Amino acid sequence: MTERAPALELFKLNKTYPTPKGPAVIVKDFSINLKRGEFVTLIGHSGCGKSTVLSMVAGLTSITDGGIILDGRETNEPGPDRGIVFQSPCLLPWMTAFENVMVGVNQVYYTAPKAERQELAEYYLTVVGLGDAMHKYPAELSQGMRQRVGIARAFALQPKMLLLDEPFGMLDSLTKIELQQVLLEVWRRNQLTTLMVTHDVDEAIYLSDRVIMMTNGPEATLGEILEIDFPRPRQREMVINDPLFHAYREHLVSYLTERAHLRNEPRTFNKHNLLTFEGDPRAAEADSHHAAA
Amino acid sequence: MPPLIELKEATKSFGRGSARSTVLRDVNLTVNEGDFVSIIGYSGTGKSTLISLLAGLLKADGGEVNMEGKPIRGASPERGIVFQNYSLLPWLTVEENIRLAVDQLFPAMSGDERAAHVRKYIEMVKLGHAGHKYPKELSGGMRQRVSVARALAMQPRVLLLDEPLSALDALTRATLQDEISDIWQKNRTTVIWVTNDPDEAILLADRVIPLLPGRNGATLGDEIPVHIERPRDRRQLALLPEFKKLRHDIVHSLSAAKRNAETTGTTTRKLVVPDILPEDLSVKRAFGPRPAVRRRSQLHKEEIKIPVS
Repeated sequence: MTERAPALELFKLNKTYPTPKGPAVIVKDFSINLKRGEFVTLIGHSGCGKSTVLSMVAGLTSITDGGIILDGRETNEPGPDRGIVFQSPCLLPWMTAFENVMVGVNQVYYTAPKAERQELAEYYLTVVGLGDAMHKYPAELSQGMRQRVGIARAFALQPKMLLLDEPFGMLDSLTKIELQQVLLEVWRRNQLTTLMVTHDVDEAIYLSDRVIMMTNGPEATLGEILEIDFPRPRQREMVINDPLFHAYREHLVSYLTERAHLRNEPRTFNKHNLLTFEGDPRAAEADSHHAAA
Repeated sequence: MPPLIELKEATKSFGRGSARSTVLRDVNLTVNEGDFVSIIGYSGTGKSTLISLLAGLLKADGGEVNMEGKPIRGASPERGIVFQNYSLLPWLTVEENIRLAVDQLFPAMSGDERAAHVRKYIEMVKLGHAGHKYPKELSGGMRQRVSVARALAMQPRVLLLDEPLSALDALTRATLQDEISDIWQKNRTTVIWVTNDPDEAILLADRVIPLLPGRNGATLGDEIPVHIERPRDRRQLALLPEFKKLRHDIVHSLSAAKRNAETTGTTTRKLVVPDILPEDLSVKRAFGPRPAVRRRSQLHKEEIKIPVS
């Protein structure tokens, strides 16, 4: 297998549920490739089927038609080679944060000595900022801290890829800002190929390399692709204060409000051909500065 | 003339004995007629407790909570409340939910007048087509509109909103922010809006006040005035340098206070990153001795061997 092979290939994914009125097509012919170490976000209206796609990649929902190729191998069942962070972290309440992480670690590193397994769990819990709180029980942790445990648990398995299903959807905006930073920090150390589902436009731009816009369901499929061109590591203030950020945001919002129901040939956009700005928005910004001066 | 709403050194604790914990400590707040004040804080720091004090649903342990110079004792229709969870009666339609409040408060009006009054506020929140629907038939955004209409129909002196839009998705939230902002510009009711979203706070309010978490209860920080002209357009707002500065100030004052409240100094710790690698669990484990540990360095060796053989 060469380095150029995609880390994840989704080929004409289809999901159909049988109903008394005939089959209901939820996702139709959805195909994308993720490069190694790429952070890709699926965005779309609620109920459009983006979580279904993620769930199929996770192996938690069966595929009706099509294929999922992870690291050169077809997968159709769940496994520890895909780390998942759900909207709420589903921790076992009778175990401490540390023990919760150890559950998976013990399974996946069964050949390693106990001391090293524990060091691994401690390392990831410390990186997410729980250095002092790892021996607390979920009930003693705030929602934001519990979600940190969820992130540590996923990364500690050193999976081939990371799946995030609205990971910050239940948090308040301020805690969300904090945790996005935490996620980027862990991700920077261990650049896993990541597929995230969200409906938060700002979050999608801030975190991803590419944003995949899905059409409205039923029969949801690939709508447009937006390439996000911010250097990494990213600083939140720098990104959200960049005029390009607003150009991306306008583009995504206009897709969600105006074009999500259209079924065109999927198009790729980047900073040079955004619909909402003519040419390079950075240039436009510079011009307006000149004009003002 | 005393201010419309005034908190003086208000303190609120819960629990007894050793389990007693102070949620709010020495809170000072002055709100005048026609103000739009936004209080912003992390969840769990006492925002809802503060709103309950203002509404009269809770009593402060110490300090004063006054409305026009008189202490607030119990709930009153002068202070309308909108909760995050809408709090509509599920067995009543939209009209009936609002009518219930109107019937209580305006007994002097005739039936027709009251119906017209209800109608007016339903139209104001753009639910004219849904008056006969039940809450369960409405989306979250529509339910919150009903809740806002009900509070406004009471014609309160001050409107208290406790994270009214937090349960809604980003697009619906943006629409409702714009609509509520429009409505406010028309009738200029005094508003105290509690939120956890810095963008929302700046978009809507004249003043933003952070609720700073502390080791011994949260307290209100210095207020941050928003000198941006109305009507504010969310798209242009995001590009204003002033907006960026305000957002920076708010987020930083809050996160600094949170760090202070949680940590008692920093310790550096040496971290060991074991180089162990995950095993492939899809391969059946054979009986016999435990297989050797997969390590990063070992894997590296394997890779070198492959081209040779």
